[in-house]
Amino acid sequence: MTVALALEQLLNGLQLGVMLFLMAAGLTLIFGVMGLINLAHGSLYMVGAFACAAVAAWTGSFWIGLIASLVAAAAAGAIVELVVIRRLYDRDHLDQVLATFALILMFSEGTRWLFGSFPLYLDIPPLLQGAVTLPGGTQYPVYRLAIIAAGAIVAIGLYMLISKTRLGMRIRAGESDREMIGALGVDIRTLYTVVFALGAALAGFAGAMVGALQSVQVGMGEPVLILAFVVIVIGGIGSIKGALLGALLVGVTDTMGRFLLPQIFAFFAPPAQAGMIGGAVASMLIYIVMAVILAVKPRGLFPAAHA
Amino acid sequence: MVEPVLEIFDLVKNFGALRATDGVTLDLRPGEIHALIGPNGAGKSTLIHQICGTLRQDSGTIRFAGQDIGGLGVAGRARLGLGRTFQVSSLAPEFSALRNVMLAVQAREGTSFRFLKPVMRDGSLIDAAMAMLERVGLTARARIPAAELSHGERRQLEIAMALALRSRAFLLDEPMAGMGPEGSKSLTRFLDTLRQEAPILLVEHDMDAVFALADRISVLVYGRIIATGTVEEIRRDPAVRTAYLGDHA
Amino acid sequence: MNRENLVNFILAVLLLAVPFAANMAGQPFYVTLATRVAILALAATGLNLALGLGGLVSFGHAAFFGIGGYVAGILATHSFSGEPLLFGLSGTNQMWVIWIVAVLLAGLLGLAIGAISLRTSGVYFIMITLAFAQMVYYFAVSWPAYGGEDGLSILVRNQFPGVMTMRPLGFFLICYVVLLVGIGLFALIRASRFGNALQAARQNEVRVATVGIQPYRIRLTGFAISAMMTGLAGALFADLNRFVSPSMLSWHMSGELIVLIVLGGTGRLFGPLAGAALYVAFEYALGGITERWQFFLGLILLVVVLFARGGLLGLLAGKARHG
Repeated sequence: MTVALALEQLLNGLQLGVMLFLMAAGLTLIFGVMGLINLAHGSLYMVGAFACAAVAAWTGSFWIGLIASLVAAAAAGAIVELVVIRRLYDRDHLDQVLATFALILMFSEGTRWLFGSFPLYLDIPPLLQGAVTLPGGTQYPVYRLAIIAAGAIVAIGLYMLISKTRLGMRIRAGESDREMIGALGVDIRTLYTVVFALGAALAGFAGAMVGALQSVQVGMGEPVLILAFVVIVIGGIGSIKGALLGALLVGVTDTMGRFLLPQIFAFFAPPAQAGMIGGAVASMLIYIVMAVILAVKPRGLFPAAHA
Repeated sequence: MVEPVLEIFDLVKNFGALRATDGVTLDLRPGEIHALIGPNGAGKSTLIHQICGTLRQDSGTIRFAGQDIGGLGVAGRARLGLGRTFQVSSLAPEFSALRNVMLAVQAREGTSFRFLKPVMRDGSLIDAAMAMLERVGLTARARIPAAELSHGERRQLEIAMALALRSRAFLLDEPMAGMGPEGSKSLTRFLDTLRQEAPILLVEHDMDAVFALADRISVLVYGRIIATGTVEEIRRDPAVRTAYLGDHA
Repeated sequence: MNRENLVNFILAVLLLAVPFAANMAGQPFYVTLATRVAILALAATGLNLALGLGGLVSFGHAAFFGIGGYVAGILATHSFSGEPLLFGLSGTNQMWVIWIVAVLLAGLLGLAIGAISLRTSGVYFIMITLAFAQMVYYFAVSWPAYGGEDGLSILVRNQFPGVMTMRPLGFFLICYVVLLVGIGLFALIRASRFGNALQAARQNEVRVATVGIQPYRIRLTGFAISAMMTGLAGALFADLNRFVSPSMLSWHMSGELIVLIVLGGTGRLFGPLAGAALYVAFEYALGGITERWQFFLGLILLVVVLFARGGLLGLLAGKARHG
């Protein structure tokens, strides 16, 4: 094991963490403001990826595709909020789970209808192709670094939006006191639609970015969604700061676990077995971390006041 | 002197900068009704939460039935015999009055881990529960879901549940609230006999009921007990008159 | 007999009659469909203990369903190959042994997952049960010894004394009887002192603690029993398909089990059976019309959640009643 390899894995972990943050931020914002658990958030991620791939293929430009992904996911989010989600705010969590589960079935099958069962492929834009040399001599893809940077910019932007703008003030008010923002004269229905669309756009953006690393296919959002759940459970549901730290923790733990555990087990067991055990344990590692954190802090690291 | 059933010593609870309970010392002796009065915001609810176990005190001790209960949760304290009713009644709304009381009976017996015998065909459980409903005068309403009972009936049901626990002390949180004059009168008569069974710590705003029932009264103001004594002593206490009773006395 | 009991009785008789009729008509496929209904209904009845009675919205019951399935698959594989399993113990192809092991392991897993998840509530509980089930799923995918991602085939359906299990009708009857026993157990538990406490904990946790019962212990016990019943259904499901794979552990499976309950009517004795029958019928009927049946299933589910909250039994038998 070399330091260079470890550094590469660490960056991969960061990149995963950043993507998870984009997903988790939307989920936790939607829960914090509207009290809604949205299983269909992974579908919006998928919508973003498909929109980007389709538009990029059509126009030949990744960048237009990226804009399309934001527009498509935000639009899908807004439509879903207007037609379905707003009927669920006053319902119990069971109804929310079921309705958004139904939405997943519709989104997945609907996407298969439109695009067929074969995955789409999305090329990395020429500007971001190639690799840079890391200290230690390994080559690292520029695109992955770009994802990390984009995620960091979005995180800062989100922080500015929430702490410095009028919309952010309303969102914070909505998190702390639902009646109060009504009393302040804010149109709460519009605010909810905007927050939902914002969360959707973040998910769609993440989907588009990852789409160029993996194939774009139906069901791609679901593993990410569940990881994002782990993230916000660890971070404390409703907390953006918790989502950020949780996402980085999960991203780095998962990646480093898969990299390191087989090597650690190799001290105790023959290589083939070590790989097997290490791989199996690594696949469960973040859940074990989650269990440990919850055993100590049942409401996550940064529990939101009312959640 | 007889050993008190409930003994609270130098209890302190802070919420940030606010000292909600400020060195409260209080006891409840066998056979008595000890009323706890005080203006809104005096910290009565906070004190009750600490006695029941929903809140932990920052310092001080609570002894009940001869042992320190500071480490016990709500259920543990209830099992020791601390029976309570709520300011806003708290029941299993879908269950009938009877089934609510059954819950208390099976809790006292420690038989909640029986899986096979239907409660509605369980003669001993039904009889024990019905006996409690009869004591509070709810026999005719036994099969009505708690959610459909009137406000007063729900209060009676809560008392029946506390009785079913064979509590060693009752903690009644504003039982008269919203009862109407007739209801208050009959409840007052009922509580008057209840003290024979177990002493009552009575938190109450209705001064007529307090003066009619209490053996002793403690006055809580800004988290402190400013006076404890008999009805007459409290009526005469100048500090109480200025701080609180002014327009009542 | 009140209306709900009548509807329940008709459902039970129908589920028995359809396979016999299909068998006589030489249509074993419908016998298999009915078996599927019975097994899914059993799994959902198990979940209904936690969800309907205890109000515990577990989004992770696929873990228990899958564990049951893997117990059947692994024991059968070892029995077939003759390789010892653990500590020199061999596999088995006897269903009743498999059932006991499946129930015990699912119960243990239920205790472990429940012990942590039940420290939380609400949305946390939903997400954590989902996450733990996912953990088991990824373990099954990444552990190559028993087929990993590809799953594990059971070459010959396991045996039950006196029944030709390879005959669809014989195996159906086993599942049918187990389902009735499961529903019977659910009814007993619901009416028992334990059921009293479990349902009261759903309605008002503070009240339960105030009479001196710890809601946590009641819920944990209920969750474990719930896991056991779903685990048993998983063992039967593996035998039905003669195949077990991580898909039994997937979160779609957890979602489907909840869907079954809600389609039938939450908290109802026969809700899971009604829901399972409806679900399998949808799947089959819609699947015959369009390849995209899942889209319409989603649409129907959405309509049920938004506009018909009592489920099928709510429609047929009126409002639910509690003693």
